[in-house]
Amino acid sequence: MDARALQKNLLELIRRTSAELPTDVVRAVEAGARKEKAGSNARYALEVIRDNIVMAKDKSQPLCQDTGTIICYAELPKWCDERTFRSAYEKAVVEATRVGYLRQNSVDSVTGANSGDNLGPGNPSFHFHQATGRALTVRMMLKGGGCENVSSQYSLPDTKLGAGRDLEGVRRVVLDSVLQAQGKGCGPGILGVCIGGDRGMGYVAAKETLFRELDDTNEDPRLAKLEKRIMKEGNSLGIGPMGFGGATTLLGVKFTHRNRVPASFFVSIAYMCWAFRRNGFVLSEGGRITRWLYDS
Amino acid sequence: MLLEAPFTEEKIRALRVGDMVEITGVVYTGRDAVHKYLHDGGKPPVNLKDSIIYHCGPVVVKEAGKWVVKAAGPTTSIREEPYQGPLMEQYGIRAVIGKGGMGAKTLQYCQKVGGVYLHAVGGAAQVLAERVVAVKGVHLAEKFGSPEAIWEFQVERFPAVVTMDSHGGSLHAQVLEESAAKFKQLLG
Repeated sequence: MDARALQKNLLELIRRTSAELPTDVVRAVEAGARKEKAGSNARYALEVIRDNIVMAKDKSQPLCQDTGTIICYAELPKWCDERTFRSAYEKAVVEATRVGYLRQNSVDSVTGANSGDNLGPGNPSFHFHQATGRALTVRMMLKGGGCENVSSQYSLPDTKLGAGRDLEGVRRVVLDSVLQAQGKGCGPGILGVCIGGDRGMGYVAAKETLFRELDDTNEDPRLAKLEKRIMKEGNSLGIGPMGFGGATTLLGVKFTHRNRVPASFFVSIAYMCWAFRRNGFVLSEGGRITRWLYDS
Repeated sequence: MLLEAPFTEEKIRALRVGDMVEITGVVYTGRDAVHKYLHDGGKPPVNLKDSIIYHCGPVVVKEAGKWVVKAAGPTTSIREEPYQGPLMEQYGIRAVIGKGGMGAKTLQYCQKVGGVYLHAVGGAAQVLAERVVAVKGVHLAEKFGSPEAIWEFQVERFPAVVTMDSHGGSLHAQVLEESAAKFKQLLG
């Protein structure tokens, strides 16, 4: 395989992800703006957001200066081993940082030193899977610090919230997480929620479910119903864009679930900001991009 | 409405929570390192009387010998909560631009000294960078590094919303209270 061609394609993936929002997110922002009263603080915030989306794409520059944690999910076929892919991706990240698609965002947690090139223990964050066919699939997400800071994990039962170990208990803690976040996670936000799993798996799965299209329907009818209900009730809290007050608090809610041990019941909520940067592509064995996973 | 330099106490006291302003004049960036430095008695390299401080770690590059601002969105303000009020009083800082709002201590100082908190749109790095029409200088860059330095930005029609005013009003406190009441109702 041609590692240099792979690196070049990955650099384009990083550029696109940082500068261009997928159309499902843009549509949700526009729908939100239409719901807010003309002349309101909420409408104003969403108009600035909309202008920013257009401008970042035109200038091919980061939508937000916090280009976030770089999270990469890759399904590797037999012709591309993990080490080759990791090396190409890391080189693409270094180059993307040099040309300004990414901010220098990797800090040594013991010394406080910034590595300057976005590489370091755990950076980027990789999740590898074996592909079933011959195609290589990469998905990536850039998740900023503001929204990561308001993400949360609950352990059921939660007496204070009257939340038991059932879907009603899940509803209660998820709504509480929206209340606690207020506008601090750069809302309107998108929630990825995992019911169950251990603490680590819960957050990983919650983030992974954010790759679903905003307007799709959960194939599990019980979770589809819960998603709709949280979306409606979350928006009725009136927190609004940036916490300015208004009708648009959430742009989407996505649930997934994992089995748990009998003694534990975690609910993990990954809060994503409006600058919902995710994209990916499918690569043929010849090294050609056959499909982008999101329109932008 | 327009908020133009000079940023006098009279102009600032006239602002109310919910006002949407467009700022024209000079703003100084300052985040964690600058606030701690001033709090610890460091001498300000610029005159902060009737000034606006912007909580921002911008991306600025030099192109053909000139500073160009590539991204300049707000950072989370609450980290400066211990320092902000006393610094507003000591140096006559009139307004703070940031995101996420600030707490009761800053709100009290806003009342006392005649100050406001201006909320910029988080994540809107490109729109906000475009409103910086000139970089007039940079201070303490060698000491703190570029994102933590004091950048002197000439801004034109820089958009923000007044979310804390000099009359004790806080949109953050109000939205929290109203959403908490609604939450209680939803939980039954």
